Amino acid sequence: MTAQAPITAGIEIGGGTWRFPASQPLRLDSGAKLAPLEIGYKTYGRLNADKSNAVLVCHALTGDQHLASTHPVTGKPGWWDRFVGPGLVLDPERHFIICTNVIGGCMGSTGPASLDPATNAPYGLKFPVITIGDMVRAQAMLIEALGIETLFAAIGGSMGGMQVLQWAADYPEKLFSAVVIAAAARHSAQNIAFHEVGRQAIMADPNWHQGAYLAAGVRPEKGLAVARMAAHITYLSEAALQRKFGRELQRDGLSWGFDADFQVESYLRHQGTSFVDRFDANSYLYITRALDYFDLAAQYGGVLAEAFVKARHVKFCVLSFSSDWLYPTPESRDIVRALNGAGCRASFAEIQTDKGHDAFFLDEPLLDQTLRGFLAAQAQARGLP
Amino acid sequence: MTAIREDFAEILKLVRPGARVLDIGCEDGELLELLTREKGVDGQGLEISPEGVAAGLARGLAVVQGDGDRDLDHFPTRAFDYAILSKTLQQMREPRHVLSELLRIADQAVVSVPNFGHWKVRWALLSRGRMPETGALPEPWWSTPNIHLCTLRDFTVLCDELELRIDACAALAEGHPARPIDPRQPIENWRAETALFLLSRKAEPEAAPSVRAQQNLFGELETPKVEAPAARRKRRR
Repeated sequence: MTAQAPITAGIEIGGGTWRFPASQPLRLDSGAKLAPLEIGYKTYGRLNADKSNAVLVCHALTGDQHLASTHPVTGKPGWWDRFVGPGLVLDPERHFIICTNVIGGCMGSTGPASLDPATNAPYGLKFPVITIGDMVRAQAMLIEALGIETLFAAIGGSMGGMQVLQWAADYPEKLFSAVVIAAAARHSAQNIAFHEVGRQAIMADPNWHQGAYLAAGVRPEKGLAVARMAAHITYLSEAALQRKFGRELQRDGLSWGFDADFQVESYLRHQGTSFVDRFDANSYLYITRALDYFDLAAQYGGVLAEAFVKARHVKFCVLSFSSDWLYPTPESRDIVRALNGAGCRASFAEIQTDKGHDAFFLDEPLLDQTLRGFLAAQAQARGLP
Repeated sequence: MTAIREDFAEILKLVRPGARVLDIGCEDGELLELLTREKGVDGQGLEISPEGVAAGLARGLAVVQGDGDRDLDHFPTRAFDYAILSKTLQQMREPRHVLSELLRIADQAVVSVPNFGHWKVRWALLSRGRMPETGALPEPWWSTPNIHLCTLRDFTVLCDELELRIDACAALAEGHPARPIDPRQPIENWRAETALFLLSRKAEPEAAPSVRAQQNLFGELETPKVEAPAARRKRRR
């Protein structure tokens, strides 16, 4: 089922869409079942003989499986290609790197735009509400289908970091090490509030049609663009916005109207309009909902440490960014304290940067250095080159 | 490799092979790496500076960026065989609390403290009437990180108050091999520049707080829970 297509850099790239038969449904936290289940995924590198070098990278809210290869819709490089490549932190010559599109997504995994077998029309709002736990359960099905018993590492930033935490709670026996970047063990009221703004923007768009816009042949692009604009502000820091744009104008002088006078307005509008080309509005609703429902401690009687007591053999690395106000450092500290409380070995560092939450996509030498050091030590412990 | 620091060499002698070790204020992880290499310990470091944490991670160590004053409370009881606090007790805001925490978290504590009763300190104060600057305490008063200095006697008195047993003690001086001492001998309160202690509890620690008992440590902002549907059902696998 894997279509191998080597690229110029000599990295072996695989993946495609894994279709589970209807007899293998995904059991959801809501009690519903999702079948047939499809998972869009990408792999980089080759699984070694004893299957000990698999690394799962979990993507963030609007990410996808195109981690380090050209995005089929935008034509842009992969979202973490500065991390994945020969000699880089994740090296396809040593690691077998897997990235899956989360369920509910719109890049090949079953989501609200997929066909509902009951009606043969896109699910729309008939798609069941999903959770981070459901995303991880689907990933675990794929990992098993690929014949991998243990992941050398699960790595993720933001929502990807939450998936890694859920992996540690639900499948500790399948994990050797875990990297959680700029994440939290639950969504705060502020996080939920921002997501609600985004969802309301989408649902206020007349083209949304109660979620049935695909049948109507339209898309709620304006609403989705506004949702993205609002969210994008939370990914940056005040300092970064000021450094990048300040009060700089697009043209000489003010328009005395409502055109994008300021560069920051133009930037946000661009973020919004380019996003709608590659993302499905209902997917945005469902994935933000999954994030809002995320509260790992609540699944363990309100005690986060209880989530990790079976993961004492897993080595954790937790990283936060000093200017991240979406998932600020205290959220990461809570995770680390719970890990310590559970008796897990954990590393934690707060990386000083003014780039905000998005710093994990960007050039942050200390991030590379820290991850490289951590993974090198884990590789040695695992007997990998 | 350069010569091992005197205190590190002494700690290396004290620690059992394969032990679980927490090094508080581990700096760049040099001691933990040494203990891992020479004694095969299962180590965890706690370090306040991000540079130190990055250096420790590059050495392959588990290091948490944190503060001995604030973050010890979060470790479970008897999670380690040894808790090491090398030359930083006097920099803590609450050394008494930290000391008792060390021996809650670990069965034994390795603690080194500069002795403010050392003759050079006493002489500097007596002769010049100014805050001493010595080999063990090199900074001027206005920039020293040492906010809770004590003499050897102060320290042994505190150990008694906390019902700690002194299993071993050695005097350390730069460039000299460690010298085993009885820290209660008055002469050592003059002679020892720095003292390294191996401490244990006289009695069992208070009943281990279960992970559950730490609930309130995980979020002062904990509000009455409105459970998400996902959380309502008990997880199964």
